[in-house]
Amino acid sequence: MYKATVIVKKRVKILDPQGKAVEQGAKLLGFNDISKTRIGKYIEFFVNTTDFETAKNEVIAYSEKLLVNPNMEDFEYSLEKAE
Amino acid sequence: MKLKFGVVVFPGSNCDHDAYYVTKKLLDQESEFLWHKEKDLKNSDVIILPGGFSYGDYLRTGAIARFSPIMESVIKFANSGGIVLGICNGFQILLEAGLLPGVLLKNESTKFICKDVFLKIQSKNTSFTAFVEKDVLQISIAHGDGNYFADEKTLAELKNNDQIVFQYCNRKGDVDSESNPNGSLMNIAGITNKERNILGMMPHPERCSDKILGNTDGIELFNSLIKYLTN
Repeated sequence: MYKATVIVKKRVKILDPQGKAVEQGAKLLGFNDISKTRIGKYIEFFVNTTDFETAKNEVIAYSEKLLVNPNMEDFEYSLEKAE
Repeated sequence: MKLKFGVVVFPGSNCDHDAYYVTKKLLDQESEFLWHKEKDLKNSDVIILPGGFSYGDYLRTGAIARFSPIMESVIKFANSGGIVLGICNGFQILLEAGLLPGVLLKNESTKFICKDVFLKIQSKNTSFTAFVEKDVLQISIAHGDGNYFADEKTLAELKNNDQIVFQYCNRKGDVDSESNPNGSLMNIAGITNKERNILGMMPHPERCSDKILGNTDGIELFNSLIKYLTN
């Protein structure tokens, strides 16, 4: 069994109004050093296999097919062995 | 001859009854709801993917609905030339399904916007617009994710192939930044595919079709379609 985490990020060229709005909150609270806030998604799940390559291929295929829209998002993933 | 409309119902659709009411009661055509778990389009001549919040808009708007069993049939139907109209969430589903290019991002203001807007009919080369006499329509929008985005190459293709059908404009028909409610590139409110049988649009024509609501600009699109298909 592997535990997968996928982080979905908006592509650099895509405006992120949520990030911008949150950053306005940061400024209101006096966090003046904060900049370039971007909001993405964190997704975790388990892959029921003992083979790393199989888990990796499944995470990539699943991400590309459903979790990520390549028109506006990129993704990173990590895998760790789990009980 | 009556046309048969199939209105797809996803969990979270909330404009399905409006679409049914307009097609069945106002236009006096045949109309039937199509449950998303089925695959049978029941001999529909036109498929409507209605507005709403399919699957709660979770993950991305339209992302999960796009894999509903009925969508396999809708994609086949569309790819063989069948007429498909996606309104609001329906447009988002068409984009996720890859039947239309681009993506709809969160509105630039981050706010959900519900108001009447003016639309310039940029192309009358579609079944929905061919017989509309007006050049500017007043139609309502109601969305949080209507900010159309596509890369430059795709935008150029849309423009060169006359695929941009509606653009947000002012009352006079000027397409300007003040009339852009959500940040859409090129004020895009609706597009068609190269083959011109699929239309996706953020505004809701079904919400301004009944006289009792004070505005019937929306029904012009449906009237055009019926004229186009029955002539």
